[in-house]
Amino acid sequence: MMKLSRSLLVLVASASLTITAWGKTPQSGGMINVAIQPEPPGLMLGLIQNAPTQRVAGNIYEGLLRYSTDLKPQPQLAQSWDISDDGMTYTFHLHDGVKWHDGQPFSADDVVFSADVFLRQTNPRTRMILQHVKSIQAPDPQTVVFQLKAPFPPFIQAFEVGTMPMVPKHIYEGTDFRSNPANNTPIGTGPFKFVKWDRGSVIQLAKNEDYYEPGKPYLDGIYWHVIPDAASRAAAYENGTLDVMPAGSVENFDIPRLSGLDNSCMTEKGNEYFNPFAMLWLNNREGPTRDARFRQAVMYAMDRDFAKNVLWNGLGNVAQGPFSTKLAAHDENIKGYPYDPDKAKALLDEMGYDGEPVRLLPMPYGETWTRWGEAIRQNLEAVGINVETEATDVAGWNQRISQWNYDIAFTYLFQYGDPALGIARTYISSNIAKGSPWNNVEGYRNPEVDQLFTEAAGMNDPDKRQALYHQIQHKLYDDVPVAWLMELGFPTIYRCNVHDLISTGIGLSDGFKNAWIEQ
Amino acid sequence: MRYLSLIGARLAKSVLVLLAILVLNFFLIHMAPGDPATVMAGEAGATDEQFLEDLRERFGLDKPLPIQLMHYLGGVLTLDFGYSYRQQMPVLDLVMDRLPATLLLTGSAFAVSLLFGILAGTMAAMRAKRPSGSIIMGLSLLFYATPLYWVAMMAVLVFSVFLGWLPAYGYTTVGAQYTGLAYLWDVAQHLILPATTLGLFFMAVYTRMTRASMLSVSQQDFVKTAHAKGLAPGVIQRRHILRNALLPIITLAGLQAGQMVGGAVLTETVFAWPGIGRLMYESLMQRDYNLLLGIFFFCALLVIIFNLLTDLVYRLADPRIKEAA
Repeated sequence: MMKLSRSLLVLVASASLTITAWGKTPQSGGMINVAIQPEPPGLMLGLIQNAPTQRVAGNIYEGLLRYSTDLKPQPQLAQSWDISDDGMTYTFHLHDGVKWHDGQPFSADDVVFSADVFLRQTNPRTRMILQHVKSIQAPDPQTVVFQLKAPFPPFIQAFEVGTMPMVPKHIYEGTDFRSNPANNTPIGTGPFKFVKWDRGSVIQLAKNEDYYEPGKPYLDGIYWHVIPDAASRAAAYENGTLDVMPAGSVENFDIPRLSGLDNSCMTEKGNEYFNPFAMLWLNNREGPTRDARFRQAVMYAMDRDFAKNVLWNGLGNVAQGPFSTKLAAHDENIKGYPYDPDKAKALLDEMGYDGEPVRLLPMPYGETWTRWGEAIRQNLEAVGINVETEATDVAGWNQRISQWNYDIAFTYLFQYGDPALGIARTYISSNIAKGSPWNNVEGYRNPEVDQLFTEAAGMNDPDKRQALYHQIQHKLYDDVPVAWLMELGFPTIYRCNVHDLISTGIGLSDGFKNAWIEQ
Repeated sequence: MRYLSLIGARLAKSVLVLLAILVLNFFLIHMAPGDPATVMAGEAGATDEQFLEDLRERFGLDKPLPIQLMHYLGGVLTLDFGYSYRQQMPVLDLVMDRLPATLLLTGSAFAVSLLFGILAGTMAAMRAKRPSGSIIMGLSLLFYATPLYWVAMMAVLVFSVFLGWLPAYGYTTVGAQYTGLAYLWDVAQHLILPATTLGLFFMAVYTRMTRASMLSVSQQDFVKTAHAKGLAPGVIQRRHILRNALLPIITLAGLQAGQMVGGAVLTETVFAWPGIGRLMYESLMQRDYNLLLGIFFFCALLVIIFNLLTDLVYRLADPRIKEAA
């Protein structure tokens, strides 16, 4: 049942190639001008995992698979793949005639090197996923076999370019990866090649003429404009210099204005894989937040519809529970905590809250987050909670959270297409360790939840897996280890004559392979 | 000879000052919460103990602070400013790459503000009792009091978005392959808005100071004598009043010149000017210690050089000043 037919996949893939927006035939040619904020620290995607790096380098590097906007795997460097019935063996059949940008052939050896050697050493998130893998082998130059230690169905979601980018073995083997001079002139297999980078100004990519998918890419190249100030970026879009404003490069209050300009379009697509989920860390170890009743009171006290409608311009969704509503594992029966200040006050009375102040850390990511911090502070104070806001910069915020030095703190996390990849890490007790702002920072310990997450991650039967995840959601819903705020909407604003800009659930970070400009 | 030995003594002192600045800055930036490894881990969206340890070991942050300091100072003595942790490039290359853009911006702003400031101030002093003088002073008060970032944004809105006369941001037109004169013209167009914005504040200061200084000098006896001698008013204004009124202006110009490297963070940010101010701000946010220290070093060096130059210019403007330093 899990076995996927190779011929069927090729059929689906070729069908998807011919379908374009509004049935128009793509036109070749033209440069596209895109804002990039902040400036990436480097473009070697195997070494650096932050968002701006992936956005630019997602055009240079490729993964074995892409994912549709409903998170179904699609072919990329792997033309087709089979998963054995026991869920233990993943076999990938690679695309023919793929070349690195320097002309060297790409083969299964590169895949083995990238996953087994390079990424295991450099990428902590990939390293964690690869713990499930016993061996990675290349029986022939076009085939790669991943052998797992135990069934781990979410594994098929892990071949996206940011999680598992393919890096050239002939350049990196036997070198010190982080100081290899080639990091400044990245070589991938992707639709665009690196041309040059004027630091502080612009990154230029050019069409890869030898790209293995015929006719693609359509664009001649991409200019990534580095403009640090949000108002200046907006002005550059208004006066026609920029064609695309990726998610996060427009301040929320500017979204209606910019998307309302002539020939300006907006889409919320392209976020499905990352699915950014905003929440409040609630310190489960000490202070009033240690009491589950206090944490429930926080949920009831917050007017999250206000945040959505006013601060986020109505984009995104108010979170219903610990799982994003966009995930298949989300339980429809869970209806999020309503805004009910009286209930919050009652809970606080019941626990005997004595007005002990709690420290609130807003997120230092710009205007919207600052205002959100103020709004929640107001909500909490309205039910009698004594709040002290402590603002820091990004480095300080990371430090405070990873050293557990807070009571309530804003954050947002990616869900990575599957609860085992993006959600379990927040709640399982084996993931409690100082030093990281992304693990079980709140210090929630529940052996039952631990057990359920472990069982669900290894469960091959989708119905049983679904049942386990529903159980988990109900337990977490009652315990409120963290406060769930919103599934964030990060819109992309672009000129309407740019077509097929976003064709996957990874959005712009998956490259401009299909994008074309109508002349 | 006297000049030379004076300069020599000042230089020797400067080396000590630079050293003190380096040590002080080193401890200051290490006191800020977080380190480059936590910032990079934060951006990666996932991290573990191994990742942090790898980074800290690579950056040399696993060693005790005094040893890190010794190591750094040893490097600086051989003009090795180390590597930027984030950008994986030598600090010297990064600084030298961004320095020309900043010097062009602040140098133009300096020249424009000094020239027009003194001109406007002189005019205001000569017309102190007429409406035109009041208008100049009113305008200079306005520029003096308006926040820089607001002026910058309004300038972009008016001249770039509404009128479309000038580019909104950047150093050159992206994608245009200009060479020679066309390239210079392109850069000049991009320079106009940021240089004017940055220069406005100091222009206002020079205007006010020149006027006040000239008015006070013009009350002095030697000016009355000059009038009594029957010298032409223009000559009196230029040779007697303005020259004597310039001393405080030079002091201020020395201060502004010293700020030329690090003082343009806001302007560079709003206009996306690829200068060193932005590099400094970003490296501070990212706790890129080596890069930040390198930039501080060059800023300090330029301040010292300009202070020295200011002292020399005093002597040219007023031969009475000799050994006061």
